Amino acid sequence: MTPDLHLWLIPVLPLVGAAVNGLFGKKFPRQAVAGVALLFSGAAFALALLVASRFSSLTTPHVEVLATWIRAGKFQADFSFFLDQLSLVMLLVVTGVGFLIHIYSVGYMWEEGGFYRFFSYLNLFMFFMLTLVLASNYLLMFIGWEGVGLASYLLIGFWFTKDSAAAAGKKAFIVNRIGDFGFLIALFLLIKHFGTLNFDQVFQGIAPMGAETGGAGLLTAVGVLLMVGAAGKSAQIPLYVWLPDAMEGPTPVSALIHAATMVTAGVYMVARSHVIFERAPMAMTVVAIVGTLTALFAATIGITQTDIKKVLAYSTVSQLGYMFIACGVGAFSAAIFHLMTHAFFKGLLFLAAGSVIHAVGGEQDMRQMGGLRTKIPWTFWTMTIATFAIAGIPPFAGFFSKDEILWRAYQASWVYWFIGLFTAFVTSFYMFRLWFMTFFGEYRGAAESSHHEVDELGHADMRVGVPAPHGHGHGGIHESPRLMVVPLVVLAVLSFIGGWIGVPGALGGSNRFEKFLGPVFHATAAGAEGHRGTITEGEGEGPESQAGHATELIFTGISVFAGLLGFLLAWQLYYRNPLLPQQIAAGLGGLYQAVLHKYYIDELYAALFVKPLIAGSALILWHGIDQDVIDAALDNSAHGAREVSDSVRHMQSGNLRSYAGWVAAGAAVVIAYMIWMGTR
Amino acid sequence: MVPISYYLVLSGILFACGVTGFLIKRNIISIFMSIELMLNGVNLSFVAFAAQWHALSGQIFVFFVMVVAAAEAAVGLAIIIAVYRTRETLNVDQVDLLKL
Repeated sequence: MTPDLHLWLIPVLPLVGAAVNGLFGKKFPRQAVAGVALLFSGAAFALALLVASRFSSLTTPHVEVLATWIRAGKFQADFSFFLDQLSLVMLLVVTGVGFLIHIYSVGYMWEEGGFYRFFSYLNLFMFFMLTLVLASNYLLMFIGWEGVGLASYLLIGFWFTKDSAAAAGKKAFIVNRIGDFGFLIALFLLIKHFGTLNFDQVFQGIAPMGAETGGAGLLTAVGVLLMVGAAGKSAQIPLYVWLPDAMEGPTPVSALIHAATMVTAGVYMVARSHVIFERAPMAMTVVAIVGTLTALFAATIGITQTDIKKVLAYSTVSQLGYMFIACGVGAFSAAIFHLMTHAFFKGLLFLAAGSVIHAVGGEQDMRQMGGLRTKIPWTFWTMTIATFAIAGIPPFAGFFSKDEILWRAYQASWVYWFIGLFTAFVTSFYMFRLWFMTFFGEYRGAAESSHHEVDELGHADMRVGVPAPHGHGHGGIHESPRLMVVPLVVLAVLSFIGGWIGVPGALGGSNRFEKFLGPVFHATAAGAEGHRGTITEGEGEGPESQAGHATELIFTGISVFAGLLGFLLAWQLYYRNPLLPQQIAAGLGGLYQAVLHKYYIDELYAALFVKPLIAGSALILWHGIDQDVIDAALDNSAHGAREVSDSVRHMQSGNLRSYAGWVAAGAAVVIAYMIWMGTR
Repeated sequence: MVPISYYLVLSGILFACGVTGFLIKRNIISIFMSIELMLNGVNLSFVAFAAQWHALSGQIFVFFVMVVAAAEAAVGLAIIIAVYRTRETLNVDQVDLLKL
């Protein structure tokens, strides 16, 4: 008998917070809004910790049915929650990082208009994300999936008076819709063949099936379609275009939704569906190829971006690519490991970037920064830790997770490994480029800029009469308030030590993280025979482990070397010779321009899809069907009625004798008819 | 005995005269008189049938028609006088306000 954990409370608490702030927050003072938001998200975190502390005494997976939702014939979907090692990790990451970012947001958003709205949306996001993570069937997961999309849309377009923000919100929503289309079809296929969407029942139904090695079958179709959904949510090729634009949202939103949690939902979903993918090698290959291409592609774009948040956005896309490489080669626990460490260091990077932006008065262009090292030391040191973590320098968190992915990728195919390694080098290069451009050299921005980013947005009317508690408005570059620094420090500590729970055997660790997730990824894998390394790897150290360790150490060395090489190159180009990059860029000419314009992908999509779609909608749907068919039918019937009455109304001449004539004529007709009938 | 068809033909002729007068005359008084002619044409056929079938109801109907015609004459003449006082004409073609 497993104890009742009241799992349902974890998502519902933030929902209550969202409702309170959303319905009544307008009247609350800022302190009360912040208090409500922090209370409910903090309570969810506390509850998640409580669940984690009692986790070892549970029989997993632990399922709690709250209420029946849909019951139609044999099909049943419930409001039920599912807890195993995988959802526990996600639960802790979402509530933990989410709570920290809530704290940070109080400081960051203090002077913004719509303070209550922001926290209401943020809590709403937590609700949907936790629903997604805890759902015990695909349908409830889909609710969370759509819900986080909604929250993302609302928060990207938070400054809705700004055209670009509103457009970015729409873009994110529409691109995600394309992915959701694939996800939905996958769900329909599952219902058709298994009659249920509950995880355990679907996976039990699949368990006896063998791997589809011969060709593409049902599971391959489901897997590829699920990947389409994941590509939308997790910003993979070809649906990644929304994520860089999503940076229009407030920076804490970029940190929470578009770096740490929501965009990893696709990885979580693929990992959750690992039973399907393990039996569909072709789908796995698709996942790995998409991940590999995205990782490389986005990383190269990151080199040329000058907006500090855009660099981080492309970096996020690229790191998500790593996670999909891991999923695609069957190293699901490595993917989740990287997901977790990425949530720490990328969340931290965004928060620190927000702190930088805050310090220099809303400037996001790195060319206008520089020399901030001594002026905002807390931000500098925390961001340094995060930068080293993402660059894969030991012993920071990113090193362990990235290294594990690269090692597992190599076991699958050296191509994945090589591109991944090159991407690691590029990642290290653009991250240190950001680091040097922001914190070193001379300050290049306009002196004494004191405008916060909202000032450009014309929101001054919305924030009248708000006391500035930490002297926001004063001139000059200043360190962020303590409310913002504390989350930075906590995340920095996590970015530093977060990788130590997954130290691989080759480095003398025992990879506790993978062992912890083991029951999730290996319990059901036994049925799928011999997918590359999936099963044998997890069983612990085989007889060839000694030789394997030596090779693994060499590969670790190579990837660390790649990271250091990136550092050195960035140091050379952006610290020693700041003028050199421009010369190189000029020398590269067309190639540089292509990368700078993000390979013209947005333009390509605009030409291929957006413009034809808009033109088609305008010509066929709007002018053609709406105006020429629907409107025309209405207009023409109205015109017809008018014409008929126009001709008929002349009978109403007002002339008495003509009326009498009509009466007489009518009578004559009736009489003639009667006579005719009588003579027949 | 005169056959009933004679009466009916005469009644039809009278009614047709009334209709024709109603349609072609412009003076309200003449139109009014045409109406009386139509009524009396109908009265004639009533009486003829009553005599033919030895049924009183036809003759009683004639009295009804006469009473109604008298009442109509009273109301109609009053209206004609009112129209003449306001419009100073008895030509129906000029009394055509009741149109679009």
